Amino acid sequence: MSTVLAFFGGVDPWIFAFSFITVAITIWMGFRSAKTSKTASDFFVAGRSVSVGWNASAISGEYLSAASFMGIAGMVMAVGYDALWYPVCYACGYLFLLLFIAGPLRRFGAYTIPDFAEGRYDSPVFRKIAVVFVLFIGLFYTLPQMKGAGTTLAYIFPGLPYWVGVAVVGAVITLNVALGGMKGITLVQAMQYWMKMFAISVPVFVLMAVFGGYGKNLGYNDGRTLAEAMNPVALTQSPEVVREPLPAKAPKDDVWIAPFGPLTTKAAKAAGLSAEESKPLSLVYTYSLIIALVCGTAGLPHILVRFYTNPDGVAAKRTTMWVMILIGVFYVFPPVMGVIGRNLLPELYAAAGAKGTDKIVLELPRIINERYGVWGSIMSGIACAGAFAAFMSTFSGLLVSMTGALAHDVYGRMLRPHSTPEQRMRMFKFSAIALGIVSVLLGAQVEKLQIAFMVGQAFAIAAASYFPLLFMSVWWRGMTMKGAAAGMLGGGVAALVCTTVINLSDLDLVNLKEFWIAHPILRILSEQPAIWSVPFAIITMIIVSKATSKDVPKDIRMKMLVLHAPEQLGLKNEYIQEHQAGAGH
Amino acid sequence: MPPSPTRDETIHSEAFLSSLMRRQLRLSIGCALAFLIALLGLPLANYFAPDLMAMRVGGFTLTWLILGVLFFPYVWVISGYFIKRSLKLEADEAREVLSK
Repeated sequence: MSTVLAFFGGVDPWIFAFSFITVAITIWMGFRSAKTSKTASDFFVAGRSVSVGWNASAISGEYLSAASFMGIAGMVMAVGYDALWYPVCYACGYLFLLLFIAGPLRRFGAYTIPDFAEGRYDSPVFRKIAVVFVLFIGLFYTLPQMKGAGTTLAYIFPGLPYWVGVAVVGAVITLNVALGGMKGITLVQAMQYWMKMFAISVPVFVLMAVFGGYGKNLGYNDGRTLAEAMNPVALTQSPEVVREPLPAKAPKDDVWIAPFGPLTTKAAKAAGLSAEESKPLSLVYTYSLIIALVCGTAGLPHILVRFYTNPDGVAAKRTTMWVMILIGVFYVFPPVMGVIGRNLLPELYAAAGAKGTDKIVLELPRIINERYGVWGSIMSGIACAGAFAAFMSTFSGLLVSMTGALAHDVYGRMLRPHSTPEQRMRMFKFSAIALGIVSVLLGAQVEKLQIAFMVGQAFAIAAASYFPLLFMSVWWRGMTMKGAAAGMLGGGVAALVCTTVINLSDLDLVNLKEFWIAHPILRILSEQPAIWSVPFAIITMIIVSKATSKDVPKDIRMKMLVLHAPEQLGLKNEYIQEHQAGAGH
Repeated sequence: MPPSPTRDETIHSEAFLSSLMRRQLRLSIGCALAFLIALLGLPLANYFAPDLMAMRVGGFTLTWLILGVLFFPYVWVISGYFIKRSLKLEADEAREVLSK
């Protein structure tokens, strides 16, 4: 505590107050929900009784992570147009979930994705494989959240060591999950969605009121020289924006605002290709990025597990609709921050990552101080509170899904199939604490890695493993367990290997610079593997399933009926009676 | 009320399952196409008609306006249509079988 107090001198009281309130409300709601979470069902699937409004807010709250809240604004500021694919595909990936996966998965009825994997293929072995993937992707996605927490707390309290933020956020959320399970977390995440929405929209509206609107700020990026831009006549009648000069490191206007900019042409530029030659390569990059983000969203295990908390399939579909509206509205705002930031705070281009454009959401509102006194600090405080809500809600969702996998699948199904609900609930709390500690320990080690990169890696792996698995399992009867496992492992491992090679060479641990310069297309296909790894996974599934077609479950028609027939027909109960041992809880 | 044997037979027949899956898949693929044409078409438009897409509309370039703002409502329309149609489809399917 004394370390915290020692740094208190340099802290903006408004930023501290808002961040503190966010953390305090989260802890308070955790204790409150502990009183209402009583049964094992409350802990694992929130009693299957979460209403559409609450559940949609909770999924949105869980989904809008540190990468969404801070990363997108920073990326738009850093690389311009190409970064807009991120918010759009994050939001639109949900459409794929809705069209192909959400309804059937919910009708099938299971606690977790590994439950689905086992139920669909009658294979306990496949459950084990699926559990490993849940934990693996979950931890991959946890690390960037932890890193975000550490760097933000170090920003609010200058001089505070990085690991303190990781430990604080980890401890708060672990406490919440252990106290209230899924039911408790649902309420907290729903509240955190509205907090994030407030924290991004209010500063953006205030900034636009003071410094001009979205389109107006974008309009200044037309390659005018500084002298022209400073001339009030060349601007408009009301020169609200006095554009700051861009430092040498910042991309020029024409590259920044146009498609195929710095992000997608990096590999081709490094290889010394001309603008004309590099354009087809950046088209490939763009498509691969789109596939990774859309399919990855549809395959994130901590998002999928949420569909089980709806009372029925109809509610699951309505929830998805609302999630799309809630996150769609949210995703309009962060790019606005990036655009205004480019005009008003270009000095952030000088540093990279967390010290540079990534902190634009927290820094930008402060410039209001120049005109309206303390209001800038208040806006910045609100933005910081939103950032806290972002790490906490995403980490809590990940922790619930990983804890569910450990307590329900590993303990309840593999180790002690005859354990009582009370024993499983105790195991849930124990697993939550164990995984919380592991996440904090791992999170403390990743200070050097980039947030956006780690998130991208998690998406690439989910896109090539879980998405093909779910899509094919739901729509193709001929799929066998061996086919599913081969495709999921093949696609997931291929994506993991490629992105790891890129990571190692970017950190200069392996020297591949010459190779990438000679083969820019290979660099693009390793950095964004989805364009080939997703088809690769699906084709592997088809080939192996055809080769092992005698292993198709005997009651496949019944399984497909449960997945696709309207719930009014009551087929699920029939199925559960037939499969007493397999599907009863 | 226990289902009559004929109704039960209908539900468990191959014909019922394939018509169920075919109708649902057709609706899903139709909606997915509407979405994919826009999503995958935009990079092509940027590639082949860069001048058109760089046209200024109220400060935005056309392509920025489409991707950064208009895409979201477009997806809401598709998903709203899909939900309405798929709920109706399910109600129809259930009625067809239960009326037997």
